[in-house]
Order: sequence, then C-alpha cells, then structure tokens
Amino acid sequence: MSLPASSSPAARAALNPGVLPGAGREARKAVLVCAKDLRIEWRNLDNLPAMFFFSLLILVIFNFAFDFASSDFRILAPGVLWVAFTFAGVLSFGHSFDLERDADCIQGLRIAPIDPGSLYLGKMMANGVSMLLVELVVLPLSALLFGADLLPVAAPLGAVVLAHTVGFAAVGTLFGAMTARTRRGDVLLPILLFSVSVPLMISAVKSTSALLSEGTLRGEAATWLTMACIFDVVFVTAAYLTFEYVLEE
Amino acid sequence: MTRPSPARSAARALRLLLPVAVTGLAVGTLYLAFFHAARERVMGDIQRIFYFHAPAGLVCFFAFFVTFLASIAYLATRRPVWDIVGRASTEAGLLLCSIVLLTGPLWARPVWGTYWTWEARLTTTLVLWLIYAAYLMVRRYTDDPDQQARFAAVLGIVGFLDVPIVYWSVRVWRGHHPLVLKVSGGGGLEQSMQHAFLGGVATYVALYACLMMLRVPMGRQEEELRWLRERAAAMRDAGSR
Repeated sequence: MSLPASSSPAARAALNPGVLPGAGREARKAVLVCAKDLRIEWRNLDNLPAMFFFSLLILVIFNFAFDFASSDFRILAPGVLWVAFTFAGVLSFGHSFDLERDADCIQGLRIAPIDPGSLYLGKMMANGVSMLLVELVVLPLSALLFGADLLPVAAPLGAVVLAHTVGFAAVGTLFGAMTARTRRGDVLLPILLFSVSVPLMISAVKSTSALLSEGTLRGEAATWLTMACIFDVVFVTAAYLTFEYVLEE
Repeated sequence: MTRPSPARSAARALRLLLPVAVTGLAVGTLYLAFFHAARERVMGDIQRIFYFHAPAGLVCFFAFFVTFLASIAYLATRRPVWDIVGRASTEAGLLLCSIVLLTGPLWARPVWGTYWTWEARLTTTLVLWLIYAAYLMVRRYTDDPDQQARFAAVLGIVGFLDVPIVYWSVRVWRGHHPLVLKVSGGGGLEQSMQHAFLGGVATYVALYACLMMLRVPMGRQEEELRWLRERAAAMRDAGSR
C-alpha cells in the first residue's frame, strides 16, 4: 500500500511495518488516534469549552446547594470536584464517538490497519487528556473560589487525579463506543458509567479528602490510590480485550 | 404428526415438574424456617427472614456468574444460545437481587434500628442491582439483535469483574462493620437453622432452574420468530418485485 504524499512522517512510521516491533507499533498507532482526536478538538473547540463550562457550573450549583462558605473545604470539596470532573467526562466520552459518526468515519477506522485495542487506547487517551485539561483549570479555580491552598499538595494531588482520571476514561470510552450506537445513548452512557465506576468514585473522593486533611500520600490516601490503580489495570485490560466486539458492525 | 424426541419430552416433563418442585420446596422451607429452626436468642423470630434472604443472595451471585460465563462463551463461539442464557440468567439474578434488597431492610429495621445502612454487603448488592439493571436497559435500547448480544456480553463480563472491586472498596470505605450473621460453611449456625438455610438454598436453586427452563426456550422462540419475520419480509419483497 502506498501512502499519500501528504501523510506525516509519524503516520508513515506508524503504518510502515518493520519500523517498530509489534507492541511498539500498536502503541504508536494508539498515540496517533489520540493525536487525531485532540487535533480535531484543538481546531474546532467543540467540546472542551462545554466540558469546562459544565464543571464550573456544577461547582457554582453545589455552592448554592451546600453553602461552601460555612463549611470546611476539605469535607465537601472532594465530592463536589469529582462530580464536576466525571460529569464533564461524560460529555467527552459521548462526543468521542459522535465525532466518528460524521461522514461514517468509524467505517474508515474499522478498515484502517489498526488493532481495535489500539484504537480503544487512543480514544481513551484523548478522553483522559480532555478530562485532565478541564481538571487542570478547575482545580486551581476551585482553590481560589473556596479559599483553599492546594499548592503544598499539588504533586500528590496530581497523582491522585491522574490515577482516577485514567479509570474513568477507561470505563467511559468503552461505554461511549457502545452507547453511540444505541437509542437514547446520551441517557445510557451516564447510567452505565456511574453504576460500574462506583468503586472508583469512592476511592477518588476518599483519597482526595485524605490527602487534603493529611497532606501526604501515606496511610489512607495510599490505600485508595492502590485501589484506583487496580481498577485502572482491570478495566483498561478488560476494555482493551472486548473493544473489538463493541466496534464490530 | 411426528412423535416428539425423547430429549424433548424429557425437557417438557422437567418444565412441568420444576414448578411443582419449587412450590414443594418453598412450602418445606417455610415449615423449616418457622417451626423447625430454633429461635434465635438475641434477635428472636425476626432472624427467620434470614432463611429467605441469604439463600437468595447466594443464588443471585451464582446467576450473575452464569451470565459472566455465558457472555464469554457467546463472544468466543457466537452461538445465540449463550446470549439467550446470559439474558435469562441476568433477569433471574435481578429478581433474586430484588428479593435480597427487599428482605434485608425488613430484617434490618428491628435489628439495626434502621431500614438501610451503607454497609459493605448491602451497598455491594445495591450496586450489583444497578449494574445488571443497566445491562437490561442497554439490551432494550439496542435495536440490532447481534449488536445487542455483543454489547450485553461485554457488559456481562465488565459488570462481573466490578463486583469484587465494589465489595472491597465499600468495605474499606465504611471501616470495620460487625458481621451480624457469619455463615462460613454453616459452621456458625445451629443444626436446625442449618436445615432451614439449606432448604432456602434448595428452593432458590430450584426457582432459578425453573425460570431458566422457561426463559431460555422462550428466548429461542423469540429468535425463531424474528428469523421467520425476516424471511417473510424478504419473500414479500421478492414477490412484489
């Protein structure tokens, strides 16, 4: 197969067998899929502003619901933040596959020489990055709004946020692909996501609040972080292996 | 008319016998639970609901395990029967799960003083119920039958993998809650109580088998009907051309 002259060196390297060993080649393709999704998002900014705006709105709504001014930031913030992040995530997971419905792009991806598992990983990474971008803005903003100092715990907080974002993106991407092809997919996606990710939600809130009150990643926060990593491994693997059946026509 | 094959008539006989067996076992368990089993020292008669509650929980887990296995079998072989088994088992499991969730609070109210507490087992059962209810919802909202079977199989696998993680996380979340009824191989139960408990297990196993015996053939008939409809539509199209 000859590649079009316009394709980038990266694309050439990824599609040219023999350049990289099998696993490396598939990883490369996953990165390409992720880069493609992020590039589309960067060019038309269709979804990120909505995600950001939505999570900000959730903070504001919860502020009225719980009155943050009269309560301790460390008690309410973890729950509120994770609700904001995951709700924003839902927008990303749904959009990720709506994108491919346009002009039947999914058909192109299906016949492209990409392992379905790599396609899944690419999509998952793109969703994860979108969530992380929102979190990167909303976290400092929430610290500002609620008058808390997050700087001393910034590094461990980053680890906690990353571990849980991966888990939510892992489950969300699998279900996003599924519900993009059902009736009422917009309704089914959150139903599936939030029922299966209950343990992740618990550990996200618990590890964040342990971190905020203790200031280190030891003890309780570490237990929860381990639990999140187990969840990540189990669900990334399960979704990686079953994605081809979801994608199948 | 041709004579039905022996396997078929055996299946039919079993289908007639099972409901009778379930009824018999249920009556027997009622007797064991209310008259045979000893009165629990602390909780009194309230404890007797345990003979209906815990066995339902056990068989409910078993049903979801069957869904898990059937889901793997379906993705590996693509034989529609595994999809039908998975669906039937989920429906039966969800029914049993509902029984667990309804009988639990009835017991908890007088004993714990509250209908609901976010204890590990309770919460896990509730999350289990939510996951498998979502499984049935996805089936309902997916029109293409093959797609429906594939999505359901993926959910049957992913959902079951979630169960131990949910249980573990809720346990750590709530700290150490006292286990009110410890059933480890029946060792913690007095003998007459064991009889009632085993009676309960037998009843629910028979009920599960009975529901499967009814639901799986029904699923096959649905499949057949769908196939006939497609055929009829194709023939109609060919005729009008």
